[in-house]
Amino acid sequence: MSEPIAPTRRTFLTGTGSLIVAFSLRPALAQQEALDGQPPPPAPHLPGSLKRSPWLDSWIRVDADGSVTVRTGKAELGQGIRTAVLQVAAEELRLEPARVRVVTADTEETANEGYTAGSHSMQDSATAIRHAAAQVRTLLADLAAARLGTEAAVLTVADGVVRALDGRQVTWGELVAGDVLHVEAQPASSFVPTDERRVIGTSLPRLDIPAKVTGASAYVQDLRPPGMVHARVVRPPSPGARLRALDAAAVERRPSVIKVVRDGSFLAVVAEKEWAAITAMEALAAHATWTEGAALPEADRIFETLAGLPVEEHVVHDSRAAAGSPARTLEATYRRRYQLHGSIGPSCALALFADETLTVWSHAQGMFPLRAALAEMLRMRPEQVRCVHVEGSGCYGHNAADDAAADAALIARAVPGRPVRLQLMREQEHLTEPCGPAMMTRVRASLDAAGTIVDWDYAVRSNTHLTRPPGAGNLLPAQLLAEPFAPPRPKPLLQPEGGGDRNAIPLYRLPNARVLHQFVPEMPLRVSALRALGAYVNVFSIESFMDELAAAVGQDPVAFRLQHLEDARAQAVIRTAAERAGWSDRQRARNRGHGFAFARYKNLGAYLALAVEVEIARETGRIRLRRAVAAIDAGEAVNPDGIRNQVEGGIIQSTSWTLYEQVTVDRSRITSRDWSTYPILRMQAAPERIEIHILDRPGEPFLGTGEAAQGPTAAALGNAVADAVGVRLREIPLRRDVLREALT
Amino acid sequence: MLRLTVNGRDHDLDVDPDTPLLYVLRDDLALNGARYGCGLGQCGACTVAVEGRPVLSCVTPVSVLAGRSILTLEGLGTPEQPGTIQRAFVAEQAAQCGYCIPGMIVRAHALLVQNPDPSDAEIRRSLNLNLCRCGTHLRILAAVHRAARETRGAASEDDRS
Ligand code: FES
Ligand code: FES
Repeated sequence: MSEPIAPTRRTFLTGTGSLIVAFSLRPALAQQEALDGQPPPPAPHLPGSLKRSPWLDSWIRVDADGSVTVRTGKAELGQGIRTAVLQVAAEELRLEPARVRVVTADTEETANEGYTAGSHSMQDSATAIRHAAAQVRTLLADLAAARLGTEAAVLTVADGVVRALDGRQVTWGELVAGDVLHVEAQPASSFVPTDERRVIGTSLPRLDIPAKVTGASAYVQDLRPPGMVHARVVRPPSPGARLRALDAAAVERRPSVIKVVRDGSFLAVVAEKEWAAITAMEALAAHATWTEGAALPEADRIFETLAGLPVEEHVVHDSRAAAGSPARTLEATYRRRYQLHGSIGPSCALALFADETLTVWSHAQGMFPLRAALAEMLRMRPEQVRCVHVEGSGCYGHNAADDAAADAALIARAVPGRPVRLQLMREQEHLTEPCGPAMMTRVRASLDAAGTIVDWDYAVRSNTHLTRPPGAGNLLPAQLLAEPFAPPRPKPLLQPEGGGDRNAIPLYRLPNARVLHQFVPEMPLRVSALRALGAYVNVFSIESFMDELAAAVGQDPVAFRLQHLEDARAQAVIRTAAERAGWSDRQRARNRGHGFAFARYKNLGAYLALAVEVEIARETGRIRLRRAVAAIDAGEAVNPDGIRNQVEGGIIQSTSWTLYEQVTVDRSRITSRDWSTYPILRMQAAPERIEIHILDRPGEPFLGTGEAAQGPTAAALGNAVADAVGVRLREIPLRRDVLREALT
Repeated sequence: MLRLTVNGRDHDLDVDPDTPLLYVLRDDLALNGARYGCGLGQCGACTVAVEGRPVLSCVTPVSVLAGRSILTLEGLGTPEQPGTIQRAFVAEQAAQCGYCIPGMIVRAHALLVQNPDPSDAEIRRSLNLNLCRCGTHLRILAAVHRAARETRGAASEDDRS
């Protein structure tokens, strides 16, 4: 390698690590790609998100002063992704983690990685960054070899300095003239060997926590640019209500009010001070008259409503094989009511409209799709819109964040030059965020005389689990405008990941199995993605039913599962959770019960099994989770404590969903409007102890962990209740009044 | 004009006396520690301490606080020099999104001042109003226990010296 590097030309790294100089016709920067919110032309042979953005410098930047920046298109949602990608990059670059800066989702700075959702960030982004970092290290070693006139193989690199055997050295900063890192990635990389790892596999403390515990600026809510004004919206009192009349004069006359913004049924007010904006919002609401319809399903008849709507049927699995003859057949139905994301901090956004461009700071999960939706709504070109992710309160899926960003954008256009901070009120978040859909499942299975499952027939009925942007019609404010954008026709998400049918196909060995997805296009309530999508309900159903089958043949639930599983990693998490929980010598005590469940998230992601112990108060029907012991295999573990934190949180949140939560409605309005009408788990109801055991798999692909616990926790709770008091609850939430009734 | 004492500093403010303290802290004093969660007194995200007692700043008009000493999360330490309880939250990595954490820390701090050796049940009771949606509950409890231990440890060292 003695060719000088021409800085204006493109360099390609070949499989052997040598450099080839060539011109490239591909767009140079992430912001030139995917202006429509769709992924760029894929490079399917590349690992992770390199498929979507193959350029090394869209992931890793080395500046002339030697500073290193990692750019992920994913967003920090409190799941620790910022820290995990930093670890992966620092390891492969052989740098101290403190020397690496991380930039997250920003339509001008990072690759388009779509949504930060579906436990994909480790698989997609961390995988891309690991390869990009390793290839940057190799490439810089080659450049150093050329510079020093020696073989790359004899060079060593540490902390951005490449050294030859004779002691001569060159820094990365000296090597990175021009755009030498603007190179297409290769499918394979030479990673730091497992036994030399110093960062991956360690519990590096999260980067974001010190600011969060001391009150330093940490969230979009904390941004206060000079000249910022405060805005509030007045939302329709019920889904579909239209603004009939408005007398805004008194509010507009208030000296503290800058402007009332109205466009059709979209209504907002802007003030210099936050409290003035809130009181003006209240006054405006009092002077607004709405036309409401009686369009909501009756609260007690949600499932009948769902059952009566037209469906599109998709057979997502159908297998036939020889099996024993059925000796007995069981059948059951399971259901889940509408539930909320219920972020602790209601959604917020900051927007600035100036010089024909719009900048929006938002905690939504997808900056590129958001940009596409905002551009469509405002009839602007995507290049005129920049979306920057800034953290908000945990979202757990598609909450009101995108709507708040659209609100802020519409208001900012009405007060150009002033940064507008739009904060939704608690009731607005509760009443207008898309819910997790109500769902119903039906399962029938037969066992042969030896207690083996010989056939399985399953159907899941659900709305869509995806009504996110990029379509402007998916933004609530855009639906309210005088020239409204209509919501696009809902579509099912397809297997292998699935939406309502996510995890509907059991991982168990089932010789004859049929799985039907009954997709319901019409939405009685606005719904979208809630952590784990349909997997929460399908795993609840399948894993509850596995216990019912085991009980029918007098088998131990853990042994029954193992008997029907071939996947060794699945067996390993089940055995680990059972052993660590002391499953085989669990104690029987009155009103206490033990439950077990397992799933591999999406049948593609992390394996998780857990055993729980519950206690029932017979007089009240109250169920309390006392203890949970889980085992997880998430592939190669980058940050073990981060994995534990996610799984603990998942178990507790799923316990809250499963024991307490449901959206309530009357004929026209949603009535679960705050924390008193939508109670969630509190500190005194939190379990005594949770243990998470990680089965690390160095060399195996990263598997996300964020959603692995949701389904298994629900099923384990139901199974533990059945074990404790002999009552099988098949509807989420596992309501205490239902249980009390069954016990008296 | 209204005089507020926040984290030991006096501020003379020209605000509507009905304004809840939360908005004065965030909007006029640019403090982030008290967070807006519900504005209804239901979640604890906005918790501050007034004369050592936890108060929900979202439902407390600023006029009733004139001349009283207010402590927010910022009064307990900085990112560079975190206080004992903040260090304990870092040590336990007791946050996911972290949005609820300031309220938890301030309320727990008020508890530990009153009761340096609380039982687990006492900590849970004290924090029962504060909601966390991420499921960080057990780490929050571990952090409060750790802070209590470390505060008592420091106190007994002081006794010896
Ligand atoms: S914000 Fe004050 S209690 Fe919720
Ligand atoms: S850590 Fe997110 S709400 Fe508590």
